[in-house]
Amino acid sequence: MFKKILIANRGEIACRVIKTARKMGIQTVAIYSDADRNALHVRMADEAVHIGPAPANQSYIVIDKVMQAIKDTGAEAVHPGYGFLSENAKFAEALEAAGVAFIGPPKGAIESMGDKITSKKIAQEAKVSTVPGYMGLIEDADEAVKISNEIGYPVMIKASAGGGGKGMRIAWNDQEAREGFQSSKNEAANSFGDDRIFIEKFVTQPRHIEIQVLCDSHGNGVFLHERECSIQRRNQKVVEEAPSPFLDDATRKAMGEQSLALAHAVGYASAGTVEFIVDGDKNFYFLEMNTRLQVEHPVTELITGIDLVEQMIRVAAGEKLAIKQSDLKINGWAMESRLYAEDPYRNFLPSIGRLTRYRPPEEVAEADRAVRNDTGVYEGGEISMYYDPMIAKLCTWAPTREAAIEEMRVALDRFEVEGIGHNLPFLSAVMDHPKFVSGNITTAFIEEEYPEGFEGATLADADLRRVAAAAAAMHRVAEIRRTRISGRMGNHERKVGTDWVVSLAGGHHLVTISADKDGADVAFEDGATLRVESGWLPGQPLAELMVDGAPLVLKVAKATGGYQLRTRGADLRVFVRSPRQAELAALMPEKLPPDTSKMLLCPMPGLIVKVDVAEGDEIQEGQALCTVEAMKMENILRAEKKGVVAKINAEAGDSLAVDDVIMEFE
Amino acid sequence: MSSVMQELEARREAARAGGGERRIAAQHAKGKLTARERIDLLLDEGSFEEFDMFVAHRCTDFGMEKDRPAGDGVVTGWGTINGRMVYVFSQDFTVFGGSLSETHAQKICKIMDMAMQNGAPVIGINDSGGARIQEGVASLAGYAEVFQRNIMASGVVPQISVIMGPCAGGAVYSPAMTDFIFMVKDSSYMFVTGPDVVKTVTNEVVTAEELGGASTHTKKSSVADGAFENDVEALSEVRRLVDFLPMSNRQKAPVRPFFDDPDRKDASLNTLIPDNANTPYDMKELIHKLSDEGDFYEIQEDFAKNILTGFIRLEGSTVGVVANQPMVLAGCLDIDASRKAARFVRFCDAFEIPVLTLVDVPGFLPGTSQEYGGVIKHGAKLLFAYGEATVPKVTVITRKAYGGAYDVMASKHLRGDFNYAWPTAEIAVMGAKGATEIIHRADLGDADKIAQHTKDYEDRFANPFVAAEKGFIDEVIEPAATRKRICRAFASLRTKELKNPWKKHDNIPL
Repeated sequence: MFKKILIANRGEIACRVIKTARKMGIQTVAIYSDADRNALHVRMADEAVHIGPAPANQSYIVIDKVMQAIKDTGAEAVHPGYGFLSENAKFAEALEAAGVAFIGPPKGAIESMGDKITSKKIAQEAKVSTVPGYMGLIEDADEAVKISNEIGYPVMIKASAGGGGKGMRIAWNDQEAREGFQSSKNEAANSFGDDRIFIEKFVTQPRHIEIQVLCDSHGNGVFLHERECSIQRRNQKVVEEAPSPFLDDATRKAMGEQSLALAHAVGYASAGTVEFIVDGDKNFYFLEMNTRLQVEHPVTELITGIDLVEQMIRVAAGEKLAIKQSDLKINGWAMESRLYAEDPYRNFLPSIGRLTRYRPPEEVAEADRAVRNDTGVYEGGEISMYYDPMIAKLCTWAPTREAAIEEMRVALDRFEVEGIGHNLPFLSAVMDHPKFVSGNITTAFIEEEYPEGFEGATLADADLRRVAAAAAAMHRVAEIRRTRISGRMGNHERKVGTDWVVSLAGGHHLVTISADKDGADVAFEDGATLRVESGWLPGQPLAELMVDGAPLVLKVAKATGGYQLRTRGADLRVFVRSPRQAELAALMPEKLPPDTSKMLLCPMPGLIVKVDVAEGDEIQEGQALCTVEAMKMENILRAEKKGVVAKINAEAGDSLAVDDVIMEFE
Repeated sequence: MSSVMQELEARREAARAGGGERRIAAQHAKGKLTARERIDLLLDEGSFEEFDMFVAHRCTDFGMEKDRPAGDGVVTGWGTINGRMVYVFSQDFTVFGGSLSETHAQKICKIMDMAMQNGAPVIGINDSGGARIQEGVASLAGYAEVFQRNIMASGVVPQISVIMGPCAGGAVYSPAMTDFIFMVKDSSYMFVTGPDVVKTVTNEVVTAEELGGASTHTKKSSVADGAFENDVEALSEVRRLVDFLPMSNRQKAPVRPFFDDPDRKDASLNTLIPDNANTPYDMKELIHKLSDEGDFYEIQEDFAKNILTGFIRLEGSTVGVVANQPMVLAGCLDIDASRKAARFVRFCDAFEIPVLTLVDVPGFLPGTSQEYGGVIKHGAKLLFAYGEATVPKVTVITRKAYGGAYDVMASKHLRGDFNYAWPTAEIAVMGAKGATEIIHRADLGDADKIAQHTKDYEDRFANPFVAAEKGFIDEVIEPAATRKRICRAFASLRTKELKNPWKKHDNIPL
């Protein structure tokens, strides 16, 4: 076995690999750029080598620099993680030349699977199901119909040069094929000046399901079942699970065996993933093979109990696979949520900055539940703009899918992240979405269910009542503490009442609390009573409660005159008032937030570099209005529609906060 | 017997009705609560004890003798906030527009005298059209009687003004002399002369809101210390402030049960200071992470944002915080920041509230506007305030402490009790670049030499150790342990005794 390995990566995956290496008694070497000087993977590794400036193309993916680091530290093998150099045949070649083991497949496999056309050809030869289609060019409408019939409807007629949906038509019958061919051709000619057309099978209700394979260099291989990764946003995976709620044993076996056949066909030796697209009738078609460790590998590890990184290292060291296919059962269900530093309320704009608070839920591994968090960041660390915005992968495991989802809901509620925008609320919303819960999902899930973006989850009335009961009980505790202040007038202390009005999400709940030493019964006006038990103390930012026998986790922040409570993807402004206070609060005018549709708001904290327009200017849609510099990046803010500049509130050199009004339009 | 009880009840009913249903409805329509409703929100439920409910004015001019409502446009008395005594007056806009008569003023004076005698804060809720014109000079005399009491009470009991309606002309000077002024957005304004007079005299056209609204006074003039969305929010936040304040200068600041470990370490503070000395960071994060439960009551949040002032608790006890904010103007001191912080420090000193100072200051803001504006005298106010303060003073230098600003920010030389520095601290006369260009003027043409000199200067002075060698810094501490260190420091100062020499009063450069 190797004594020392270098991890040619950063972030969570570098940390993930270091953990397994440490477990195996192998020394680790991290590499880091200027931006990662204080990164977690650097802190965790036994040694760390600086390899250049922040941009990856000047550091992490410069083969010479990585080779130098290997040489300097005497590492015997390299784990490339994912991304960066993980599927770079030249890197594998350089390692081979230097006599350093690559913890990944042979370079031939990387090369042949790295090319779309070659890989599809090899797949076909290995009898792997591929998307039926006619790769040649089509002469006329008659030929289009003929080929469509051969493939079988529905078909997708695509412009060879196409993109962005242009020159693309779906046809369900001969007539549509004929018309579609012509219109695609015209559109393609107009849009791209290239009217070549081809036709392939149109996959309906597509799901992204992939098979994990593991092969050694002695011709042995197993498949570790599937992962379903259909929850994607613009081809970026967001939630993954294993197994898939959709596959049956026969399909799973067929996919697994074909995947192995493909792996053997290219002499594969390491962990790899064969991606398929699966339609509503469980027909599956090969998409591509990823010749590396996948981001979402933990869900496979959780249902199989296999440490994939350990297996990769053993295979790279020349060991024979000790696992037989018959050993690989599917044990329970695993979910993975990817935590992205992206603000869901701002159309998932990447968010950078300091992680002022980062408290993942506690990791557990018990007989009937597990929580795992693969992370590359820590509280007080910096999220930079240079790398992937994914900062953690939160996984849960339980015997059933339902239970794994419930574990995930609670784990997400417990996850505290402050300082940057992040998608935790969105992940929570997905976990509560009926369609997701039913397992009836496709790769279009996010696009279809959140067509206007994400504006926070709304809680069902029953859940709002649970929050209201919790808030009332917590407020009572906080108020009692306030009455224990020193300097009170003896014998005339304030008595904290039992009746409270909880206002949240536009509704008001009158409740009566009767507290005992273990908790409180919160009675609602309609007679229903919810029992609230919690060890929460005033000031704690996370409240773990039992409400009516079920757990409720709230993130608690103070807001003027009340609280800001977050749970299950909802962000609630909550007021708990005495009946008299509530009666008077009801007299207060409702102030509408200012209409910002006629304003240009600063999208991020930054410095105004330049203002391109003047008051009174007529502006056109898309016209540059001003430039804001944030984190050394210049961002040009453009007009969303045409109009006239009424007022400019900022000038070059001003430093602005998020949502400051830069200019107003007529 | 029952008939006299009935009579009492009837009289009380009449007094509580204020200006009557129609005027109360009009008050509500403006988004404002009545004087009594406001008291209900300010005080613990059922704790209000009223004075002078039946006081009526004595004016006989202009037919005033025919209309003598009980209470005369102001509700006064005392009650408790979380069990602690406060005195309160609340002007009733539904009665003569809340205008101030001789008797109205006498009611206010009575509770102010009681507050001084018994040692409890005075909270004034202002909602008044101004002087009772029918009473002429008697009304003006009334104002002055209140002013005189504001002055005498200053530094004896905390005085808080909540502006919940108009407050114009001479009336503004009573709140002006209290410790804190809070306003309600969109329904309150304060000015010495109103928009009509402004237009006549200066031809400026301005709305009441622009001239003296909450936004103006919290962001531009700094007359107000905070603003809230409505009456309910404002009064709830005043209750929260009172929980930080001592009842008088004869008592210690209050202590409240706390649920935060004084020894709590926060590893994230070790990375708070960015690698690049010119990159800002948010000083509020430090304040939140040092204080009990992250609770920070900020004063003048929207004014002179280059300095932060407000109250936190450490081990349940109130501490005033003054901190440079590197996010704004690099945290430098200027006229506004000096005035804001000086007033805050003096409040703390007057009421024996210990002061924590967090320092990251590159110096004073240069420029003609600062010099013409008198930054010399205004900067001196902060220096003076720190130097005269006898309360426990703990200072932590996180990064820059340059030049005169180092001296000003509660340095050892101004009787700082504990002067800590983080390892990232740079205590020097100025930054390396500026210093090198002066010391090595002869080498200015030679970039290499200057670079070397700059590096030498940085190596020698861009650290806390030169100051620590001289004892100006008591200890260089790990950022993560700051909460523990300052908690222990303030704990050790609970028995501090320090007196300034006797004087009639000092002559702070106003």
